[in-house]
Amino acid sequence: MQRLVLARLLQAGLVVLVVGILCFVLVRALPGDPAMRIAAGRYGPDANITEAAEQVRRELGLDQPLLVQLGTSLGQLARLDLGHSVVTGLPITKELRIQLGATLWLSGSALVLSLLLGPPIGLLAGLRRGGWVDNASLGGAIVLRSLPPFVLGLLLILIFAMLLGLFPPAGYGTWRDLALPALTLALGLAAVSSRVARDAVAAVVRTPYLAFARLKGLPEPVVVRRHVLRNAAIPVVSYLALQAIYLIEGVVVVETLFGIPGIGHALVHAVIARDVPMVQGTALAMGLLFVVIAAAVDLTCHWLDPRPKRI
Amino acid sequence: MSIADATLVPIARHSWLTPSRAAGLALLGLLALFALLGPLLVSVDPTEQDFAASLTPPGSDYLLGADHYGRSMLARLAYGAQLSFGMALLTVATAALPGILLGLLAAWRGGLLERALELVSAVLLALPGLLLVLILLAFAPGTFGPLYLGLALTLWIEFYRVTRVTAAGVLKQPHVEATRLLGFKTGYILRNLVLPEIRPILITLAAFAMSTAIIAISTLSAISVGLRPPTPELGAMIVELLPYYAEAPLHVLMPGILIFLLVLGLQLATRSDLR
Repeated sequence: MQRLVLARLLQAGLVVLVVGILCFVLVRALPGDPAMRIAAGRYGPDANITEAAEQVRRELGLDQPLLVQLGTSLGQLARLDLGHSVVTGLPITKELRIQLGATLWLSGSALVLSLLLGPPIGLLAGLRRGGWVDNASLGGAIVLRSLPPFVLGLLLILIFAMLLGLFPPAGYGTWRDLALPALTLALGLAAVSSRVARDAVAAVVRTPYLAFARLKGLPEPVVVRRHVLRNAAIPVVSYLALQAIYLIEGVVVVETLFGIPGIGHALVHAVIARDVPMVQGTALAMGLLFVVIAAAVDLTCHWLDPRPKRI
Repeated sequence: MSIADATLVPIARHSWLTPSRAAGLALLGLLALFALLGPLLVSVDPTEQDFAASLTPPGSDYLLGADHYGRSMLARLAYGAQLSFGMALLTVATAALPGILLGLLAAWRGGLLERALELVSAVLLALPGLLLVLILLAFAPGTFGPLYLGLALTLWIEFYRVTRVTAAGVLKQPHVEATRLLGFKTGYILRNLVLPEIRPILITLAAFAMSTAIIAISTLSAISVGLRPPTPELGAMIVELLPYYAEAPLHVLMPGILIFLLVLGLQLATRSDLR
């Protein structure tokens, strides 16, 4: 338990370190003088720009050795001082606080939707291996996994928004706007989790303890509820840690596609505009969100199966 | 049938070529032919514009129609398939070679090298791969370099880990020890005893890595941080044609179908379970 938490804390530290160092290099690698660029961003490119740049250089310590500068910028990160966006001029933390809501809504509803779709289908498929549910869900999973999220999203827009007119194709605000992007992510996630659930259920069904539960006369619903569900849930939940990668990557793509003002959307636009503080802040937020999801999955696994793991 | 007879009957070997593998390989073969021969046979330049033919439907002069600038869809799809295949192959080769070599080295020598490699992979895996690629793309948006570097950096780890674990298992076995005691050299043991054991799983991994690369490149191009429009990249083509969906729905779907078939072929060709 403590080891699990410690490992994820270590990972969070690595996220900060990797993003911080990459963005530090990025600022220095961009053409031109960083002090000049920041001065131009702050005061506008007027006649006194050279003096302003000198002032900025001294103020931000840009004349110090690179290693000292790296230490300073990592120290700022540790104090959650993310700086200001070069494009809007607002503090990054303020922008992130606004965007975080949209991202959490999207990823949360996608995760819940995928859990409502995937594991129940997997349960039905695993209880009757080779039945029509099994075959149909296998075919569906293969097709869904062959579609990149943005193609799947476009198809859903074309079918549900253009053809049927059920949901708006883009936008943010009501649950109707969230339906298609959440469904895009949920289908991709459910394609994998339904198969994992199916294999787990099929494995449990073959065990001696399940045969015994049936032989002692337990009705089938009780067998499923008491013996199948929790045992089969372990692999499904632990697989969610891997699926968190798909979820985070998918959120970036889907937010951009559907125009949801979340962190992923901001990250892509910051990359296009080369707004380095914003790239750093959004990448950090997405990376840490990934660690939080993975940690939650770890703890759920520990709750489901408290036997200590041998690693 | 007595027991003696039963032992003489050869065990029914699982055929390697399952129907899904055969279908996947056939699909991949056709797509590879299209990607290799298409640009040679279709002598049209994929960037040549002909505004009189803007959004021509499939059939007539243009076999698969022409896009909004009147560029031949067939030529663009063929070049796009070649680009996707080529970039994915290059990326996976760059990831697989160091991954496998370092995995073998770590399994063989262990010690400090193994620890260092574990640390490097832990650092690279801390972030989801796409985030790493996106940060690298901020260095030079719209170019293949950071895309290639970022994907290779995330993909080599899986090759390294699987090779290390599998090879370490093989190296512990008595027949390897016997071979070593008989005086066979390291190279012989790795080539003849270790490699055959890890080859099947590496092929699966390579196919998986290729579909990851194809999806990532097309996705990033579609959200306009990957390759930029005049390049016939499949993801960029979809987004470029999207505003004309009302007039030419088929044109929008064609590059999407091509990506779908590429990934589907890779998935089917390496499906391991029979069901």
